[in-house]
Amino acid sequence: MTGIERITSALVWAMAALAIVFLLTPLVVTVAVSFGSSAVFTLPPPGWSLRWYERVWTTRGLWASLMTSVQIAGLATAISLVLGTLCAIALVRGRFAGRDAIATFLVSPLMVPGLVVGIAMLQGFKLVGLREAWPSLLVAHVVITMPYVVRTVLASLSLFDFTLIDAARTLGCSYGQALRKVMAPALAPAFLTSGMFAFLASMDNYPVSIFFTDAWTKTLPLQMLQLVEERPDPTIAAVSTGLIVLAIVVLIIGDRLVGLRRLADF
Amino acid sequence: MTGLRLDRMIWLALPAVAYLVIVYALPLLWLLGRSVTGPDGFTLAQFTDFFADPFSWRVMGNTLRIAFWVTLVALVIGYPVAIAMARARGLMQVLLLVAMILPLSIGVVVKAFAWQIVLRRDGVISQGLVASGIWSEPQRLLFTEAGLILGATNVFLPFMILPIYSVVKLIDPRLTEAGATLGASPLYRFRKILLPLTLPGIVSGSAFVFSMSVSMFVIPSLLIGDRFQTLATLTGRSYLLMRNEALGSTTAVILLVIAVSIVVVSTWLSKRIGRSL
Repeated sequence: MTGIERITSALVWAMAALAIVFLLTPLVVTVAVSFGSSAVFTLPPPGWSLRWYERVWTTRGLWASLMTSVQIAGLATAISLVLGTLCAIALVRGRFAGRDAIATFLVSPLMVPGLVVGIAMLQGFKLVGLREAWPSLLVAHVVITMPYVVRTVLASLSLFDFTLIDAARTLGCSYGQALRKVMAPALAPAFLTSGMFAFLASMDNYPVSIFFTDAWTKTLPLQMLQLVEERPDPTIAAVSTGLIVLAIVVLIIGDRLVGLRRLADF
Repeated sequence: MTGLRLDRMIWLALPAVAYLVIVYALPLLWLLGRSVTGPDGFTLAQFTDFFADPFSWRVMGNTLRIAFWVTLVALVIGYPVAIAMARARGLMQVLLLVAMILPLSIGVVVKAFAWQIVLRRDGVISQGLVASGIWSEPQRLLFTEAGLILGATNVFLPFMILPIYSVVKLIDPRLTEAGATLGASPLYRFRKILLPLTLPGIVSGSAFVFSMSVSMFVIPSLLIGDRFQTLATLTGRSYLLMRNEALGSTTAVILLVIAVSIVVVSTWLSKRIGRSL
């Protein structure tokens, strides 16, 4: 190695270390604030306490919004997994015109600003008379989750060897058994990764959800946004710390099942 | 396959496609259509009115300037990090992957809230800069453009790093070694080998980050406030607070046009790069 190479290599690693600190800063700050005793976010906190965690239980609307978010995200992800997988199979196996165009179309909600999608849907739903918050949220969130499923399952299916299904049938499996025993396990990592990202995208969405909430039905990000704007105190940090712990648990499970590297395959 | 003809497979695609057409494509077309129709048919009056107002130009300028800086900063930080990620092994690799994926799992509201705390006058950054002697007295970064750029870069950085990482890890390390053996200088090797091969990742990462920065909404409203308007915050406000749907749908259509142009330009660029390789 020459001198210049050593310097650039050192710079690359220094940058990587700095980036780790930078990326984890909001998480560390959130956790630190949530255990602090002060209500005004002094860092480092003057003392430690669990009072903000007790507050979480009594803050109105927080649990309801968490439940709404989990239900909407879970259902939307499930619907997207079914519709998206069927569509991906058709796109990989089918011989009809416009398959690339269909794939692009199904992934396109990722590139259109959420606010624009939200406004368009708000007007569309009004036109057909859909006004209740909960069903509107569900219908809208399927559009948000679909691209993640289509993208990942499509990539995984195009690597899948379909002759394996014929092989399984020659060996005595029925068509259904062949799908269940051969194709489903091969696609499991794709289902898991895409399901996870789809679920998180729905849980985290605000630019679309913001148009479909009312006084009774709010999703978690909107409830938190309201708290941040109206009455910012470390209760929000306590809730977020809970979510971070949940995310770490999901990551560990994801790592055990498919490996962290696969999760980063963007 | 149980007598299913291959062109009949289109029926499997139909539910998803029909769903998105009805719930997503038609409403978007309706929004577009309404923005160019007036009482007497086709008109661009909404847009000419919008651009006749100097305030609108300031909003456009704010939007594009912030998006440009966020993309640039994310690229400068993200490029070396993506290379490090492809080369890292063991603990460093795990740390980098976790730092990339874990923040994606906490909401953007929470991250913006955390940056509100970091950027305060008595926040970590201000304290650090005063302690190191760069600033003579504590300053507030919250509600400044620099603070907004820093916070937004933090949120979008993984979307710059991951696409570049995914092309870097496919590059055969022997290529640069071969270049070195043949006597190419490090700078020449970077310019002729690493940079051209990673260009597709740079294009798609930059397109992602620019696009997301243009349409971000909650980050500016929490980190810079209402005095500073971008296209997205103006769109949101005109629908949610001002009840000015005409203005809101105009700015929404402009946002849509910007987003589509980014996709078109980046696709064109990647095709060109693909041909020249």
